[in-house]
Amino acid sequence: MSTNEEHRTPVSLSSVSENDPRMQPAAKNPERVERWISLLFVLGFFGFIGFGWAYWVDAAPWILGSTVGFAFSLIGIGVVAWGKYLMPKGPFVEERHDLRSTDEERDAFAAAIIQRGGGVIKRRPLLGALLGGGLGVFGIVALFPVLRSLGPLPGKTLTRTDWKKGSYLVTQDGRRIHVDDYKISEVATVFPEGFEETTNGQAVDQTIIIRLDTEDFTTKKGRETWGPAGYVAYSKLCSHLGCPVGLYEQQLQLLVCPCHQSMFDVTVGAQPNFGPAPRPLPQLPLFIDKDGYLRSQSDYLEPVGPGYWERS
Amino acid sequence: MSEVKTKRTAKAARGPYGNVGHALNELDDRLGSAKARNFLDKIFPDHWSFMLGEIALYSFVIILVTGTFLTLYYVPSQTVVTYRGSYAPLYGIKVTQAFASSVDLTFGVRGGLLMRQMHHWACDIFIGAMVVHMARVFFTGAFRKPRELNYSIGTTLLTLGIVNGFLGYSLPDDLVSGTGLRIAYSILESVPVVGTYLSFFVFGGNFPGTAVIPRFFILHVLLVPGIIMGMVGAHLFLLVRQKHTQFPGPGRTEKNVVGTPMFPVFMGKTTGYLFIVTGVTALLGAFVQINPIWLFGPYDAAKISYAVQPDWYMGFLDGALRIAPAWQTNNFGHTIPWEVTFPALILPGIIFGIAYAWPALERKLTGDKELHNLLDRPSEVPVRTAAGSAVLSLVIWLFIASSTDVIANFMHLSLNNVLWFMRIATFIVPVLTYIITLKICQEMRDADGSGRRKTPNLVTRTSEGEYVSTAAPYHEEMEHHEEVAVPVPTFVVKDDAPSSDGVRTVER
Repeated sequence: MSTNEEHRTPVSLSSVSENDPRMQPAAKNPERVERWISLLFVLGFFGFIGFGWAYWVDAAPWILGSTVGFAFSLIGIGVVAWGKYLMPKGPFVEERHDLRSTDEERDAFAAAIIQRGGGVIKRRPLLGALLGGGLGVFGIVALFPVLRSLGPLPGKTLTRTDWKKGSYLVTQDGRRIHVDDYKISEVATVFPEGFEETTNGQAVDQTIIIRLDTEDFTTKKGRETWGPAGYVAYSKLCSHLGCPVGLYEQQLQLLVCPCHQSMFDVTVGAQPNFGPAPRPLPQLPLFIDKDGYLRSQSDYLEPVGPGYWERS
Repeated sequence: MSEVKTKRTAKAARGPYGNVGHALNELDDRLGSAKARNFLDKIFPDHWSFMLGEIALYSFVIILVTGTFLTLYYVPSQTVVTYRGSYAPLYGIKVTQAFASSVDLTFGVRGGLLMRQMHHWACDIFIGAMVVHMARVFFTGAFRKPRELNYSIGTTLLTLGIVNGFLGYSLPDDLVSGTGLRIAYSILESVPVVGTYLSFFVFGGNFPGTAVIPRFFILHVLLVPGIIMGMVGAHLFLLVRQKHTQFPGPGRTEKNVVGTPMFPVFMGKTTGYLFIVTGVTALLGAFVQINPIWLFGPYDAAKISYAVQPDWYMGFLDGALRIAPAWQTNNFGHTIPWEVTFPALILPGIIFGIAYAWPALERKLTGDKELHNLLDRPSEVPVRTAAGSAVLSLVIWLFIASSTDVIANFMHLSLNNVLWFMRIATFIVPVLTYIITLKICQEMRDADGSGRRKTPNLVTRTSEGEYVSTAAPYHEEMEHHEEVAVPVPTFVVKDDAPSSDGVRTVER
């Protein structure tokens, strides 16, 4: 075995001598490396001073971040280089001991758990069962104050919105919608008048209206009166995960959900024709009153938004 | 040669301890977990005073559980809102969100009042248990080498507990806690040189500002509890590593521990103890009102209530602040408000400083560098016991001094007389306590038969009327019987088995 190879053999730290080549630094020219590391540390030192200065003068965030960032990076590189090139290069070896215990230890442990511990309950099964039963009941019952206090039960709130018979359609700033306000293929987001007063109104009531025609528009059989003067209204809550279906593709007459690209054909009752949405968007039946304002005939006839267990 | 696998061979392969034993062996293959038997066999000495620390530990668990519940509803914000909750007397009043949500979680949330009162009671118990536990450790000399480090950790836990108690007490932003905050602010302000900076940085500006509640909230629910949890872990680790101390007795030496094993005896008892502490806290929460913030009302910097008292563990500071004379110095254009700095910062610094330094101090004074695992009876070390009692009496006296106004009112005395009595007694009480404790301990230590089990005496009256005491004649029942302690048996041996020492080797 050549000397070179011998020095690559790992050695235990407890048996290595001070003059062993493995105790020497990896760098061929340690003084040169030391100079480089000193330079890094000096730069880091000034970086931190720069950070202090930047904070003092309330400098831009990028100056604040780059001073401290460069300082830490340079000092970090210096410390790593110190360890890699200037400390004993090794290799050193450590024995790996089996974690497994001896058979005697294993038997003794099992005996302690099963005989000494298990035996306590085995000897008094009644006490064990009664204690387990009592604590089990507590475990279940203790959940009630926590769980039940966290919020009200859903009740019918998930199936209802604030749309009522005769609700005026208003824009987000509360302006009522007149039949002449929009031209064909224009869209708007609307709410029932007074939605600002409700807690969840903006989230569940949001409705998108699209003017498809100047004549009454029927999107589906049985919805002949729902689209007066070409105005159709759909819930803006995507039936996939409840994102606002905010994009309208005019040419294709598709409502597109920006979250997961579900597409709904507004001419046929917002039937989904692409993407993960499983159901059409619920349509809001509209009418135009004698003053020419758009109003709702009723609430949505089905729950808006994504699917859940109680949804029929 | 391949063996035919049958149910019997499969069972035999699983070893004598069945499926559980098999599972334990699988775990041991990966972790060497069977070596944890040392931990199962750890011996806990049986003495009532050793459960005081357990009370602290378990009340801390209750604090964590109830506190988590409270965070589900509490809003750490000083934004002013109009109270529209279920508590009618406050309806329509402008309050901070912190106060509104505290009242609402008390009355509007099912179980809220109980949880809040349990949280507060558990905190008072936590700190109380730590104080009594510390007294036990101090007066029995359990802090001596090698346990000085764990003693310091424990003392730090006490200070952290007090700090976090104060932080939590401030969060509801009610009239009383707001007054406490005002005082805390002024105490910070009193620090020489940097006081104003300190108070402005802690409160985010001049008092009260709008930052203190959110800041105290995150300190109270995350930072300080996190540190406490880590230190509790270290405290318990050192306890296991260094093993328990024990009182001297038959079969007990510096080299052993006599008591019951961790598993299953101590584990069973201590779990029961957790339930008892929980039960008592729940009963207190159910029946004893604590900190009724809805009666105090929201904090208003211009309002104050009579007999404003902090939680009990802050009482000694309040008392010190009351009786400190109004001595401030004004040199070179700078004021040092000693009437605040001394009682609120320097005095507790000295008290806790003595507590931290005592182990080193005692080593130095006695020259005792030995390892100690056997405890002292307090009367055996009169100077230590007297010194500890003196400090304790000072703290208790300061606590009493925090009720000067109530005492004056109740006893129809002049407040000035009460104040001066408190001031003078503050110096006399510790000295008297020291002397009296020292004398009692010395008498007890030097008494004949001290430290030994008492034996009956026969007292007879002579015809002249003189009483004579003589040792009673020996009879069997006077003998004190105590089982000789044996190591925890590795295997439980049936009575008809040949081995009698409770230890056998496995035959395979």
